Amino acid sequence: MSATHGGAGEHHDPHLAHHFETGEQQADSAKLGMWIFLATELLFFSGLFCAYAAYRANHPEIFIWSDQFLDKTLGGLNTAILICSSLTMAWAVRAAQLGKRRLLAVLLTATMVFAVAFLGVKGIEYNTKWKHGLLWGKYYHPHVEAAAEHGAEPAPAAPPAASGKAPADSSEIPPSAVGPAGLAKHPRGPISDIPETAPKNVQIFFSIYFIMTGLHGIHVIAGIIVIGWLLRRTLGGEFGDGYATPVDNVGLYWHLVDIIWIFLFPLLYLIR
Amino acid sequence: MAEVRQTPGTHVVPLRILLAVWGGLLFLTWLTYAASRVDLGSLNLWIAMGIATLKGSLVLLYFMHLRWDKRFYALVFIGTLLFVTLFVGGVLIDTTHYQSQMIPGYAPEMHAK
Amino acid sequence: MSSVTPPGAGAAAAVAVGGDSYLSHDKGLRSWIFTLDHKRIGIMYLVAILTSFFLGGVFALLVRTELWTPGRTIVSADTYNKLFTLHGAVMIFLVLIPSIPASIGNFVLPLMLGAKDVALPRLNLASFHLYVVGAIFLLAAILTGGVDTGWTFYTPYSVTTGTSVILTTLGAFILGFSSIFTGLNFIVTIHKMRPKGMTFFRMPLMLWSLYATAVIQVLATPVLGITLLLLIAERTLGIGIFNPALGGDPLLFQHFFWFYSHPAVYIMILPAMGIESELISVFSRKHIFGYKFIAYSSIAIAVFGFLVWGHHMFVSGQSGLANMIFSLLTFSVAIPSAVKIFNWLATMYKGSIHFDTPMLYALAFIFLFAIGGLTGLFLGALATDVHLHDTYFVVAHFHYTMFGGTVIAFLGGLHYWWPKFFGRKYSERWGKIAALLIFVGFNLTFFTQFVMGSHGMPRRYYNYLPQFTPYHQASTIGSYILALGFFVMAGYLAHSLVKGERAPANPWGAATLEWQTSSPPPYYNFDHEMTAGDPYDLDTVRFVSPAEGWVPRTEGATS
Repeated sequence: MSATHGGAGEHHDPHLAHHFETGEQQADSAKLGMWIFLATELLFFSGLFCAYAAYRANHPEIFIWSDQFLDKTLGGLNTAILICSSLTMAWAVRAAQLGKRRLLAVLLTATMVFAVAFLGVKGIEYNTKWKHGLLWGKYYHPHVEAAAEHGAEPAPAAPPAASGKAPADSSEIPPSAVGPAGLAKHPRGPISDIPETAPKNVQIFFSIYFIMTGLHGIHVIAGIIVIGWLLRRTLGGEFGDGYATPVDNVGLYWHLVDIIWIFLFPLLYLIR
Repeated sequence: MAEVRQTPGTHVVPLRILLAVWGGLLFLTWLTYAASRVDLGSLNLWIAMGIATLKGSLVLLYFMHLRWDKRFYALVFIGTLLFVTLFVGGVLIDTTHYQSQMIPGYAPEMHAK
Repeated sequence: MSSVTPPGAGAAAAVAVGGDSYLSHDKGLRSWIFTLDHKRIGIMYLVAILTSFFLGGVFALLVRTELWTPGRTIVSADTYNKLFTLHGAVMIFLVLIPSIPASIGNFVLPLMLGAKDVALPRLNLASFHLYVVGAIFLLAAILTGGVDTGWTFYTPYSVTTGTSVILTTLGAFILGFSSIFTGLNFIVTIHKMRPKGMTFFRMPLMLWSLYATAVIQVLATPVLGITLLLLIAERTLGIGIFNPALGGDPLLFQHFFWFYSHPAVYIMILPAMGIESELISVFSRKHIFGYKFIAYSSIAIAVFGFLVWGHHMFVSGQSGLANMIFSLLTFSVAIPSAVKIFNWLATMYKGSIHFDTPMLYALAFIFLFAIGGLTGLFLGALATDVHLHDTYFVVAHFHYTMFGGTVIAFLGGLHYWWPKFFGRKYSERWGKIAALLIFVGFNLTFFTQFVMGSHGMPRRYYNYLPQFTPYHQASTIGSYILALGFFVMAGYLAHSLVKGERAPANPWGAATLEWQTSSPPPYYNFDHEMTAGDPYDLDTVRFVSPAEGWVPRTEGATS
């Protein structure tokens, strides 16, 4: 039974801090605090969305060109993974509210597994880009040696790839209609509106890509750590009495991480 | 409705709602992808953003409990979005006017491609 | 509240008999470093901020000394660049941004709410620790050769210079989180921990200011965070978003930077205005005039402050359209500030003015901030800004608002709440002397800079034309008078801690709740549950004696 009558100073509630009158005041304060923190996270990422918008509005050709190097399947898979992790996290909050410790532990673990899987897929993507020199800013140096290693078929009627010298300002990467392993194959066939010669300053796109997904990834890692902390507390015997505030608030953070990715996915992977 | 041991009055989200939202989110993800395969010119971006907003709203309302919580939390979130819009909007208004005057393709420290 | 005994008498008695105030409650360094008591955290912030102010002041004196003559006086040009950069960075990030909210605010906010602590005490302690870590990074930057980019870190120079930009920006990044967490805490506390009877419109105006400040801290500071993070990424990884050599846009950096840094100046001034409302009312012995106007204007300043950032970029290459929009919006932001000034003046009208030291600072504030604010309008107009941008006119403008505004109000608040913090009174005579020295020194230092700037003297310049020498020398003399004033202040305040007369619970006759507990308060703040009245109804208290101060006026009490 909750003891929510403050005033008299009698608190049966072991979770109630001394400076609060009631458990409700405390829970509300924690939740409001977390929502305000989420607001700051939103503004933190807004700088990156702003940079994206500024460059895409003024140099759309860079974004259209770069889209071919992002694997939509992996991106979509990661989106689905995070959505599943949000389900398990929301379910975990429910379990904590109902005092179901074992279920809570299972769900927290599942959330962490999904999060790690997300990072794994990201790792594959990053690795592929690194192999092809598709890095940020001054490290943008596209090349095809890695493609030859993977035994890719040479592009049929495309600009010269591994053989011959490429024209001075065209990309040395074959168009992705027949791409090296690890790059997406466009299911719709060759795209007619992607210029055959790369636009200038493509490295800007990759700077933005790595900063946005990198910062998001750091937040995923932080989420894994915090959820792990919740798991440790659960296994240590807590959350059997319906006190769910920490789980609830960590859940809010985790859902925001999901929402940010929900927007990153179409912006980075589904550019037309 | 399952009973709650502490703080009576706490709303617990029914499991079927969580699963329905999950299903909806996966469907909308597929829809985003499918819509991107159809060439609708400049509309593509807005459709993608619209679907993303819908997905985000589902997460906010149901997973993040805003549907049943104090309205103030929603106010905090929406208010923040307004400031984000102000920031991005202001920057866009300016950059779209002056960036066209910058030297196209200028990047002297990049290796020649 | 109808008992005959003075407020907080139980607590006062306990404290007087050598019992527990928050200062003596727990002993040892660890009890301070790991404290959750908002009062102790406030005092630790106060010490840190005053120390940082001293450091920033030393840099200022070095800058002014170098400018005594054209060409080299005491340092090289490169060192000079580092000196003014560090003066700005230390003053803004370590002093002005935290100043009032973190020190005075932390101490006074829960007390004004009749509460036991802020809503999230551990977060409060984390804020303080982050401040210390951030300060250490800035110190490290100073010790590894300093920074010479100007506190504004404009690209591309901040990307290419060899000085300690990364340490400085990391420090500022961490300090940003300290600021965010303080703001977060204050918003939650004001929403959730008001006492019975205290609706939003029965809060002291100090709390309205702290609330509006907290909203800005929470919304604007994260944008600074991402900006600094991107700058660090530029330097370490060569990201290239802001660096034209790699295809980036340097003006984009300025947009990002000023989206925070303009609202930041309202973080600095709003709490000062909050203090001003308290001081003017109490020392005019009059209910504040236009409470709702002042309250709404605090929110208006917070909102409008977000709309005007482009006025720092009028001559940087910003488009003509944006220039016009930002100039127009900049005029609007002056209006809520003016509303406050008129309300304070109306409060004083037909009041009974007491020229105690806090009131001297409150009066100085009105004069100095009005000058600072009005000169902002010259800078907000495009035609004049083209000539005044990057001259000493700008330097004088922001010193009148930030120093003549924020620091002066901070000093007023410090002298007002000093008896509450430490249970001691300071020497009124020396307080007035220091206030006079500071006022004279300040005006000599900075008014000359308005004149210099309008004659074309550029800012951040090491060398200058001989015709400006008299102005620079007058300004430098002024800075030394300022320093003397602060030296005197340090002296009598330190003396008061050791030998000062014991202070009563309510030495000034105010009606807000913090004066209804002992000076200094016990660690638990209040010995009974507090209910709120009108925070500006000064008839609720009456004067007894200098030793006993003011006590509640009760029905059947003998006078």
